[in-house]
Amino acid sequence: MTSAQISRAARAEKAAFVLLWIAAGTVILPVLAILVVMAWRGAGGLSWSFVTSTREGLLPAIAGTVALVAVTAAIAAPLGVAAAIYLSEYARSGRLVRFIRLSIVNLAGVPSVVYGLFGLALFVTLMRFGRSLLAGACTLALLVLPLVISASEEALRQVPRGLREASFALGATRWQTVRRVVLPNALPGIITGLILAVGRAAGETAPILFTAAFLSLSHPFPTSVFDPVLALPYQLYVMATEAPQVSEVQKWATALVLVAVVLGLNLAAIILRARLRRRRW
Amino acid sequence: MGAKAEAVQTRAQAVSEWIIERAILVAGVLAIVFVAAIFLFLLRDAVPVLRVRSLGELLGGRVWSPTATPPKFGLLPLLLGSLYVTAGALVLAVPFGIGCAVFVAEVATPRTREILKPLVEMLAAVPSVVFGFLGLMLVGPWLARALHLGVPLFAGLGSLMLALMAMPTIVSVSEDAIRAVPRIYRDGSLALGATRWQTISRVIVPAARSGIIAAVLLGLGRAVGETMTVLMVTGNAAVIPQGLRGFLEPVRTMTATIASEMGETARGSAHYHALFFIGLVLFAITFITNTIADWAIRRTARGAR
Repeated sequence: MTSAQISRAARAEKAAFVLLWIAAGTVILPVLAILVVMAWRGAGGLSWSFVTSTREGLLPAIAGTVALVAVTAAIAAPLGVAAAIYLSEYARSGRLVRFIRLSIVNLAGVPSVVYGLFGLALFVTLMRFGRSLLAGACTLALLVLPLVISASEEALRQVPRGLREASFALGATRWQTVRRVVLPNALPGIITGLILAVGRAAGETAPILFTAAFLSLSHPFPTSVFDPVLALPYQLYVMATEAPQVSEVQKWATALVLVAVVLGLNLAAIILRARLRRRRW
Repeated sequence: MGAKAEAVQTRAQAVSEWIIERAILVAGVLAIVFVAAIFLFLLRDAVPVLRVRSLGELLGGRVWSPTATPPKFGLLPLLLGSLYVTAGALVLAVPFGIGCAVFVAEVATPRTREILKPLVEMLAAVPSVVFGFLGLMLVGPWLARALHLGVPLFAGLGSLMLALMAMPTIVSVSEDAIRAVPRIYRDGSLALGATRWQTISRVIVPAARSGIIAAVLLGLGRAVGETMTVLMVTGNAAVIPQGLRGFLEPVRTMTATIASEMGETARGSAHYHALFFIGLVLFAITFITNTIADWAIRRTARGAR
């Protein structure tokens, strides 16, 4: 190679790396911009009374979201963790496992509004839950299930093989090993996955649109799982599109609360995971 | 404890263990059951519309007007609406997404990487209704003023917001694919005297090709299925977009149609079944793209071994 060729290659590299820098910046700039704009426009409308007031504030929406994600987690956690235990501890790789994995990928890719249709057909109509907290939570549980399974499986797989072998060597059965040795060690990772799932469920609108969400001033809080609920993302949607009487600053404040809840949960999971990675076996 | 008591206890334990392990097996195959159930329920409520309209009338019909008499259930404007918004989103998201992935995997220092990756994850976590809200309240009016558009809500705005949502998927899946390229490829290329950029562009990215294609397909699936953002920012006019000009005019996607009309439809009406038919079409599109993506990812994983 001549020196001219080498310096041309070096220049090309420099130019390419600058472009890559720009690409990376373009991906992360929007996050920072969103956070700044949200804080700047929303903080003005944010007050303790706005967040905690029932009639003109966010309390019903916040309570509804908390109730929805709690029931969602209660349904998705056992199913997802059990499925992960199967994949990590019991299954032998073969056609069935390949099929399960393909299904998980597809479940994760089903559009959220299609989950809404499914929830409407199965939970609301066929199972007669009606438009309710329970129907919405079942729908959301299906939506986050792939996330729970993947995160739990990864957590289980990170438990060293040696711990399992030691347990077997002591005469423990497979289930005893899973319950007493593998699960306790994988628990922090599983919880991280659940936090992510809850964050996802808290921000979803389309799946609850026809299964749970309902704006009612006379019944702001659900009294049973068969009552419809209000949720933060749904409230934001209604405020933004169908409520011209709501002041702009209140709309921004609502968006800020939603973003704070969802990103707060994600940040917690990211920090927890970073701490787990540092753990030495 | 005597040997006999111990044996009894073991039997009880063995029975409960047997039950638990069966339950775990059932949970394991639930994912398959749910995908099948979603398909069957969509099919069940979509098929009745075929009694009043032929498949050709549905997929080829140029007018979607479910409240007209007689109602018109032509999916073409909605299919094209989804196509426009998704294609626009991918044109924006693919180069930046892959560039960012290459940067994170090959160029960035570990410190930069540790800052970048959580930020990309945060972008993925922003709820779609928030992107819709930002487009509706801020970006749309601002772009309409800057570009002198007649309307603040248009297809291209949907593409822009969807690009932001598809990018994290493209970044993380491509990054995994690039990382899966065996170390010796990199070392071999550098040892032959190639620069880092030559190594990246001629060895690593081509070797990670299947995974990067999978990333684009998964991003496509995410964009096609995205609902709240497009419902809020694309203007929701069920018209057939014309040429490149169509990006600056309102359109309506399949997802937005379901979301906005299902609430006002009588259960069991032709309109209700037509909306389920749209859901079935969406499911088919995402099922095919995700299955191909999954196949491409597994191909990469095998190649890396």
